[in-house]
Amino acid sequence: MAERLALLVGTPKGVFVLEGDARRRDWALRGPLCEGWPIHDVCVDPGSGALLAGGGSPWYGPAIWRSEDLGETWTHSGEGLTYGDDGPGVKTVWNVSVARDAIYAGVEPAGLFQSVDGGRTWAHIEGLTNHPTRPEWQPGNGGLILHSIVPHPTDGNRLWVGISAVGVFETRDGGATWETRNHGVRADFHPEVYPEFGQCVHKVVMAADGDEHLYQQNHCGVYRSVDGGRHWEEITAGLPSQFGFPMTAHPRDPRTVWTIPLTPPELGRYMPEASAAVWRTHDGGDSWVRSGEGLPQRNAFIGVLREAMAVDSLHPVGVYFGTSTGQLYGSPDEGATWRLLADNLPPIWSVEAAVAG
Amino acid sequence: MAESPRPAIVHLPRSLVALFPDAPRRIEVTGVTVAEVVDQLDRQVPGIRTRLLDAGPVIRTHLNVFVAGARATLETPVPPGADVHVIPAVSGG
Repeated sequence: MAERLALLVGTPKGVFVLEGDARRRDWALRGPLCEGWPIHDVCVDPGSGALLAGGGSPWYGPAIWRSEDLGETWTHSGEGLTYGDDGPGVKTVWNVSVARDAIYAGVEPAGLFQSVDGGRTWAHIEGLTNHPTRPEWQPGNGGLILHSIVPHPTDGNRLWVGISAVGVFETRDGGATWETRNHGVRADFHPEVYPEFGQCVHKVVMAADGDEHLYQQNHCGVYRSVDGGRHWEEITAGLPSQFGFPMTAHPRDPRTVWTIPLTPPELGRYMPEASAAVWRTHDGGDSWVRSGEGLPQRNAFIGVLREAMAVDSLHPVGVYFGTSTGQLYGSPDEGATWRLLADNLPPIWSVEAAVAG
Repeated sequence: MAESPRPAIVHLPRSLVALFPDAPRRIEVTGVTVAEVVDQLDRQVPGIRTRLLDAGPVIRTHLNVFVAGARATLETPVPPGADVHVIPAVSGG
């Protein structure tokens, strides 16, 4: 029970930190941090223990914030987060992810930046922007955003990214060149249905066994891949809706992932029948189990955004999600039962769980 | 010996100064245009240029800069001793 847990919550009004212990019952809330800046994503650099928060101010532009004392004090940098004076301005940061030898930031308009000095300076990964499909990229409802970054666990040259209404790409040479990874993924809104690119990926995660095993929640279904995204197999059957945003993977069991189906965009993007539930699979998506115990089962017109679900690494695994109406829920038993951890927060854009000590 | 031009007086908003712990709200900077003032300001407060300017470079959409009370662009001349106000626009949210 020595472990300390921190839940890192990104919102349009800054970062909030909830601190607790391994019992995962009592939480102390701090915030808003980062001067109240809109923050889309918060992560932990496992090497240094530093928190990294990505977002953008409507007045002062994009930045990556960094804290080495669990959010007590912060520095920030937007140095290098630019496409150059001839390019479009970078509006905000949507994802910050730590790889073996670098930190990556996904931004709007869609592009990828890399830092090799802990987030103090950033460099544009031009290879992705130079992809031949780039002139045809079109924004989705949330904008033209690079929101998912999946580093390979052992090969620093390999990386997957997800871009809304564009799809998944992979590099195997450290970002110099990229290939589309959308084969088998539907785009119901596209005349081809299975185009090379243009799929509206909402979230990509890697399974616990790493390497080639990926899952994605898409605008048009849920998918798995066992070959690094070269081919995707749909695993939507058994879920109440093909639409949703968040997805998170078990830290040790590669066949367990969680997702939160939502009603389709034209029907409101809330939990089906206004009854809150998280769905999990233990068999790689062959079947799904609904879990709503402890969650509001009536009149719950709530949604969850792509980055707003996370797991910890304890035994059993804790699962957490934040709603777009400011409730933070947690489960200490791998999603079997749930409890409200915090209420009346700003809309929750991201949740991350960090174990310390 | 020629007398140095009187510096402009730059007034910074609280929300911007909060990002740079040692920066004052009022700071003297020499420059004959707003662009030069911003460059000089960045020497005294490293990183502040990135917060003020977007690609182009242009002043960020939701920031306004006034020189002696008149709205300015980066090309606007800054007379000696002028007051330069940086003010976040209410359009920012």
